[in-house]
Amino acid sequence: MFRHASRFLIRAAAGDGRSHGRTSAVAVARAFSSDVPAAPSQDTAFIEAWKKVAPNIEPPKTPLEFMKPRPPTPSAIPSKLTVNFVLPYQSEISSKEVDMVIIPATTGQMGVLPGHVATIAELKPGLLSVHEGTEVTKYFVSSGFAFIHANSFADIVAIEAVPIDRIDPSLVQKGLTDFTQKLSSATTDLEKAEAQIGVDVHSALNAALSG
Amino acid sequence: MSSAVPFWRAAGMTYIGYSNMVASAVRKCLKEPYRSEALGREKVHFTISKWSDGKPEKPTLRTDSAEE
Repeated sequence: MFRHASRFLIRAAAGDGRSHGRTSAVAVARAFSSDVPAAPSQDTAFIEAWKKVAPNIEPPKTPLEFMKPRPPTPSAIPSKLTVNFVLPYQSEISSKEVDMVIIPATTGQMGVLPGHVATIAELKPGLLSVHEGTEVTKYFVSSGFAFIHANSFADIVAIEAVPIDRIDPSLVQKGLTDFTQKLSSATTDLEKAEAQIGVDVHSALNAALSG
Repeated sequence: MSSAVPFWRAAGMTYIGYSNMVASAVRKCLKEPYRSEALGREKVHFTISKWSDGKPEKPTLRTDSAEE
C-alpha cells in the first residue's frame, strides 16, 4: 500500500520544484496514449541537420511519423463506439462505428456504450453482439480479451469467432453429452479440468443458439 | 487468502492451452464447409533437423493436426 508513496512524494516535490526553476528531469505524470496530441511527432534536430546537408532532398520519414496517433479522449461523450474485432487469421470488424457492443466477459455479459470507462475484460466462451441502429450481428466467441479505451474505441481480440448460423446444433448436443460423461468418469485433476472446459463451452454454445 | 485461480490454472493448464482447447472445441461444432476450413487452420507443419558432429542430418517433416 505504501509502495507508491515515494512516487507521490516525487510528484509533489516536482510540482514545487518547477516554481523554483529546476532544470533537471522532473518526474512528470506519464500521459496515457489516448491523451497524446494528434500531430505526428518529428525529430526536429534530425530534420535541421538533414536540411543543412541535403537541402533539396526531402528528409526520410521515421516509423513514428507514419503511425496514426490514437484519437484523443474527447471532452463530450461521443455518439458512436468504434469497434475493432480481430482474429488471428482475419479481421472481422475494422474501425466500424456502432451504437453498442455486448461482450461475454468472465464477469458476465457486459454492454459497452460510447463513453464507457476504460476497461480490460477477459472473455469467456459466449455470444458477442454488435448493435448498429436496428441491426444486430451476433458472433460466438471462443475466448480472448476486450480492451475498451477512454476515447470510445473498443479492441476485441479472440482466437475463434463464428457467426452463430455456422454452428451445428446436433454436434453441440453430442459434444455436451460426451463431455458430461467424461466429467463424471474423470479421475485426475487435468482430466476433470478438460472435461469441465468441454462442458462449459458446449453449454455456452447451446445457450447462444437458443438465446 | 490465496487469489481465486480459475479451475484450469489450478489443474496446471496455462491460459494459452485453455484458450486453444476452447477454440478447438468450438471448431469441431461448426457446419460442414466451415468445419473443414477451420480444422485446416489448426494444422501445424514443421521440420526437425538434427545436427551431429557439426553437420545437419536430413530434416524430417512433421505435421501435427488437432489431436482427438
